[in-house]
Amino acid sequence: MQTPKTIIQKIWEQHVVQHEQGKPDLLYIDLHLVHEVTSPQAFEGLRMNGRTVRQPNLTFATMDHNVPTRERHIIKDQVSKTQMDTLKHNCQEFGITLADIHHPDNGIVHVIGPELGLTQPGKTIVCGDSHTSTHGAFGALAFGIGTSEVEHVLATQTLWQAPPKTLNVKVNGELGTGVTAKDLILAIIGKYGVQFGTGYVMEYTGTAIRALSMEERMTVCNMSIEAGARAGLITPDETTFEYLRGRRHVPQGEAFEEAVAKWRELATDEGATYDAVVEIEAAEVEPQVTWGTNPGMCIPITANVPSPTEAVKTSKKDEITRALEYMGLEAGQPISSVKIDHVFIGSCTNSRLSDLRKAAEVIRGRKVSHAVTAIVVPGSFSIKLAAEKEGLDVVFKDAGFEWREAGCSMCLAMNDDILSPGDRCASTSNRNFEGRQGNGARTHLVSPEMAAAAAVAGHFVDVRQFTAQEVG
Amino acid sequence: MEPLRTHKGLVCPLNRTNVDTDQIIPKQFLKRIERSGFGQFLFYHWRFDDNGNPRPDFPLNDAKYKDASILVAGENFGCGSSREHAPWAVQDFGFKVIIAPSYADIFKNNCVKNGILAIQASEEQVQAIMEKAESEGYTLTVNLEEQVVYDHEGLEVKFDIAPYPKQMLLNGWDEIGVTLTYEEKINHYELVHQQP
Repeated sequence: MQTPKTIIQKIWEQHVVQHEQGKPDLLYIDLHLVHEVTSPQAFEGLRMNGRTVRQPNLTFATMDHNVPTRERHIIKDQVSKTQMDTLKHNCQEFGITLADIHHPDNGIVHVIGPELGLTQPGKTIVCGDSHTSTHGAFGALAFGIGTSEVEHVLATQTLWQAPPKTLNVKVNGELGTGVTAKDLILAIIGKYGVQFGTGYVMEYTGTAIRALSMEERMTVCNMSIEAGARAGLITPDETTFEYLRGRRHVPQGEAFEEAVAKWRELATDEGATYDAVVEIEAAEVEPQVTWGTNPGMCIPITANVPSPTEAVKTSKKDEITRALEYMGLEAGQPISSVKIDHVFIGSCTNSRLSDLRKAAEVIRGRKVSHAVTAIVVPGSFSIKLAAEKEGLDVVFKDAGFEWREAGCSMCLAMNDDILSPGDRCASTSNRNFEGRQGNGARTHLVSPEMAAAAAVAGHFVDVRQFTAQEVG
Repeated sequence: MEPLRTHKGLVCPLNRTNVDTDQIIPKQFLKRIERSGFGQFLFYHWRFDDNGNPRPDFPLNDAKYKDASILVAGENFGCGSSREHAPWAVQDFGFKVIIAPSYADIFKNNCVKNGILAIQASEEQVQAIMEKAESEGYTLTVNLEEQVVYDHEGLEVKFDIAPYPKQMLLNGWDEIGVTLTYEEKINHYELVHQQP
């Protein structure tokens, strides 16, 4: 009888090109996603060494980080423009398909991969971007790499990787009403910290995970990296297969059913063991808000901002003190009392159609607070179109939101969507690091529903009570 | 890539935990298409105030750490974004070795690719080094072959490193060149798995 295996081990073993004792394995890469920021030096490296791209048709490029969201064809920042032009030239020279800003497939790299069906169960997927973990939602082994590794994959379609340890993140029970996938992943990171996943690939299991839609699963897997894990994945099931059926790059007809049969075999075997297990009860998760300067610094909306005196270690005390100072918050103040002046709904974490629908439901018939500037940035061109077809753009605009073009936008503020020092933003993105959305700006991570509610109220508010109220 | 066997250098303490790559190199400096020249932007918003003046209380601005080549930091150093611009900035500024209790996986990988040795030491050892580095001119010697760090006052820290990154650093290998010696194996894999 064969030893029971996890999905992580199965995918790994299927991709080993070369195995030698005492060395990392040489792993084959099925899909390489490329964007403008982390690739120019990799292409330059190929040129300098007279190398080519081994598998241009396993490589797919987009522009997302620098893209303007107002008039996307007018790129005022010349350095941004150079970076985007460089990608275009590189893709032409090396024969790589590029969804540039004029292309209907354009969007955030981790949004369009799944949308186009490039992301599939059992694949190894890399990209020079840490949120590549998003694609794990499909039961793919997907992780972020640096530019040297981008060059390595371009040249060889492989990577040297030491087999990871495996971590089972088990979510029991079911999420309460008004509690989202974003709240779940924030609560997990809040409970176990920003480095419990370091050295591991995580598999999310349990009834609460099974109940999530594909877009919700992407939100969860997206933030695996914020727990330290390069990759986090979910065993594919009917939800996965139904999402993929008919998408452009998946097998069609009979071939699709054959693919599904193969994908089913990826499931973690009964009795397989992990190197570590953590468990969380979904019913205990409340809507979350981050108060500090890393995603682990988060609390339920019903709680108060923590105090340095709660920490045992000196380094933790210092960290909390620094974070409170940067964020301009008082220890012990209710998080719901914190007033905001900006709302950003977007990013590879929460910019998909269902995210926009849920946020729109919260604001329908309401108005954004006069003190708040709120923007919605869809994850891709096609999401923008789909949302407009349903009239979501009208709901947002009527409420006072700005309805923008697709891109990474204010998640990392590499384009013009940048906050000023002291600005405070309720953001559906993934990182609340110092200066992430602009030098001196303060980021609070929340779900799309919580962001929408905060936009109306002008401060953080429990969306569970907010939606119960009549529209006034 | 330059081989790294032994290194003796001045130590600069950065007593902060969870230092993310957004702090190491802020996003406005990621638009360059070259590999070089990132050192001037290292820890930009910690080093300089809003008017571009150096903040006197930040260690990298302290005259006694000028020319430091060993950076000592708190746990989970290099977390967040995968940007290799972070190790490029660290290296371009003049650091060859980092010592911390733990690192983010992608950052640590990126260091190896650039010939930077990221040493993992216990929290107590890191604290001890940080305290010693408060005094003027504190240097450490790193011997990668022997996997040891020591000073002239009797401090000695043995460290672990996996054989593969160790060989990469010791020899300064071009990893793609190494991999291409396995081209037959890659061809075979593609044939079996029906890649185009």
